[in-house]
Amino acid sequence: MAEARTAERAAQGEGHPSGDERFALLDKTLRKARYQQDQLIEVLHVAQDLFGHLSEDILIYLARQLKLPPSRVYGVATFYHLFSFTAPGRHSATVCMGTACFVKGAEEIVQQLEAAHDVRSGQTTEDGELTVSTARCVGSCGLAPVVVVDGVVTSHQTAESTLAHVGEVLAKEPTEAST
Amino acid sequence: MAKQIDLHDVAHSELEMRSRYTTRVKACSSTACLSAGAGPVRQALDQAAEREDVNSDVQVVPTGCMGMCSSGPLVRVEPRGAEPTMYAQVTPDIATRIIREHVVVRKLIDEHVLDEDQPFFSRQRKIVLGNAGRIDPERIEDYVAEGGYQALAGALNDLAPEEVIEIIDDSGLRGRGGAGYPTAKKWDMLRRAEGSPKYLIANGDEGDQGAYMDRTIMEDDPHRVIEGMIIAAYATGASHGYIYVRAEYPTAVERLERAIRVARRQGLLGRNILGSDFDLQLEVRIGAGAFVCGEETALMASIEGRRGTPSLRPPYPTEKGLWGQPTMINNVETLANVPAIVANGAEWFGEVGTAQSKGTKVFALAGSLVNTGLIEVPMGITLREIVFDIGGGIPNDGVFKAAQSGGPSGGCLPASLLDSPVDYESLRKLGSMMGSGGLVVMDDSMRMPDVARFYMEFCREESCGKCAPCRTGTVQMHALLDRICEGVGRRRDLQHLESLCRTVRQTSLCGLGQSAPNPVVSTLDHFRHEYLDLLVPDVSYNGTAPSVPPRPQAPDPAVTTKGGSR
Ligand SMILES: Cc1cc2nc3c(=O)[nH]c(=O)nc-3n(C[C@H](O)[C@H](O)[C@H](O)COP(=O)(O)O)c2cc1C
Repeated sequence: MAEARTAERAAQGEGHPSGDERFALLDKTLRKARYQQDQLIEVLHVAQDLFGHLSEDILIYLARQLKLPPSRVYGVATFYHLFSFTAPGRHSATVCMGTACFVKGAEEIVQQLEAAHDVRSGQTTEDGELTVSTARCVGSCGLAPVVVVDGVVTSHQTAESTLAHVGEVLAKEPTEAST
Repeated sequence: MAKQIDLHDVAHSELEMRSRYTTRVKACSSTACLSAGAGPVRQALDQAAEREDVNSDVQVVPTGCMGMCSSGPLVRVEPRGAEPTMYAQVTPDIATRIIREHVVVRKLIDEHVLDEDQPFFSRQRKIVLGNAGRIDPERIEDYVAEGGYQALAGALNDLAPEEVIEIIDDSGLRGRGGAGYPTAKKWDMLRRAEGSPKYLIANGDEGDQGAYMDRTIMEDDPHRVIEGMIIAAYATGASHGYIYVRAEYPTAVERLERAIRVARRQGLLGRNILGSDFDLQLEVRIGAGAFVCGEETALMASIEGRRGTPSLRPPYPTEKGLWGQPTMINNVETLANVPAIVANGAEWFGEVGTAQSKGTKVFALAGSLVNTGLIEVPMGITLREIVFDIGGGIPNDGVFKAAQSGGPSGGCLPASLLDSPVDYESLRKLGSMMGSGGLVVMDDSMRMPDVARFYMEFCREESCGKCAPCRTGTVQMHALLDRICEGVGRRRDLQHLESLCRTVRQTSLCGLGQSAPNPVVSTLDHFRHEYLDLLVPDVSYNGTAPSVPPRPQAPDPAVTTKGGSR
């Protein structure tokens, strides 16, 4: 949702020398943070929302802007799990591996997803279509096991139902909604 | 200066507005119910009310969590002057019928009514969750109408900071973030600490998977957390506060930020709060997915925009915390208890709970149970009451095997301990811990070494890498558990594992490493035979690796002697 909103604003454009409107939005965030170095994590979140992932260029750009050594920016970005350095697939399937989901067989779902799509958890298929990942706990423990497919929580899943659902999503016409 | 809210006026006009409706229909819009389809249900309620032309008589209120997440989406119909009715597993069709039949012609849809007299509801005692599922969390008026911010106003007007700390001390409130440290002691330390400014942090990181107590409090009643923080800041002399929320909780972040904006506009935050000379700035800070950031020193590093690695204590945060200044960290649930204690008095709070553990505790009840969801129970309740009365027992005539409390830092409680009371001391004595409130029930289809391996994998991945015992120890312990679970472990592996448990516990820098062995130690204590059954029997060594399938083995007295680790 937030991504859609930022993308929309980016489309309206505020003009940026790089020609990439997303940088205009990133600069705005930096200004709002008053270029304070302790806002690094917040800024990284925004950058990832805008660009989908954190490329080396972006990290160097942020280091310059916040007057931090690149090693510091890289060190912080790689420390936290939510930051990603490769482009995500067009679709995503995130299997919750919280305790409640684990107890109800989430591991089996991950294994079958990995096998069916020839991809390891945390990675994207070669054709860039699907990213399979696991989450710590999405907080819907009463509905375990839970799989989040393209941002939508599906409850009481089995390996079969997940595979079927992911298959359906992948078969659909490409949409611009998924990042 | 910001305009000052008149609490009585706001409460009065809100109550008057409510009384204009003959029926209020509350639709649970918490994460769990939303994933079960609460969004379309609420739409259907709105549309049906419009179609039936009862818009001016019926108010549809989106609320937070009503508790019984396994039966969602939940809807509660509250007719003026009559008994409320709760509906379970509501679909858009049922929602339409609720308006058409229940609201308009007062005919209940019996087959979907959820009995609110059942133990799941009646055994609970709600203090922290008093408003969850009852009010619209996005409206400060709703909170004020339930008595919100009265405790703050009372404290600012009538109590000196020391007197507030005294009330908290008398109440016996202890930290809900896991360790159970007396809250008033911490407050007093910050109050006495030298240096300015002083910082206050609400810990909403909630890293224990399978737990969503703090998220629910922040999402469903954000003003309660904020009021608790303002009172804490007033009592301790803090002038800046942060709420550290994990990034996985975007709704909590949104609602807290909105609540802070509204509170500031109403003169409840900022300068001269409610006309007093007390100032407080509040800010939300977002994590980025690292369990260790729940640990207080790591959390402060994260707020400063650095890698969230813990540091050695002392110095304690109250001496040297954020940017070297005196800082106090309280858990979100701890702070959410504060307004009720200040409003109703220490004695009132002390009536609930046990001598050592006062008040209530919120648990996220999950796993193999008929009813799962979010519950708030008096401390001292037995595990049996939670599992069988509130949780409704094990589904499909299954057999209770163990309950895990405290997540990756906690331990399991087997069936023989079902009658133990749930409070800080009892759980610790039994080798588990209260933790922040995750409670996962397992039936007899679960193999306990697998559970230990699951938690160890978590700790291995979440170890921040700063200290060697935790960084390498969790990798080795996980590898050993892996061998054992896969049926290729030998007795030596088990001995090695137990010795590593002791080393990592004693030598790790922070609580993550120190408690990482807990699930292993506690499953070994209670289910040792399951480990032994998985070991490859020791045959005389003949030069070739044995390919013997795992088979049950009589316990060896040399191995069954307790590890001596506690
Ligand atoms: C690895 C680790 C993770 C922790 N995670 C949390 C957490 O998610 N939430 C929390 O309130 N406390 C957590 N704590 C405990 C905090 O360090 C701290 O004791 C607590 O927030 C203090 O608040 P309280 O006194 O109100 O309980 C964690 C501790 C450790 C060692």
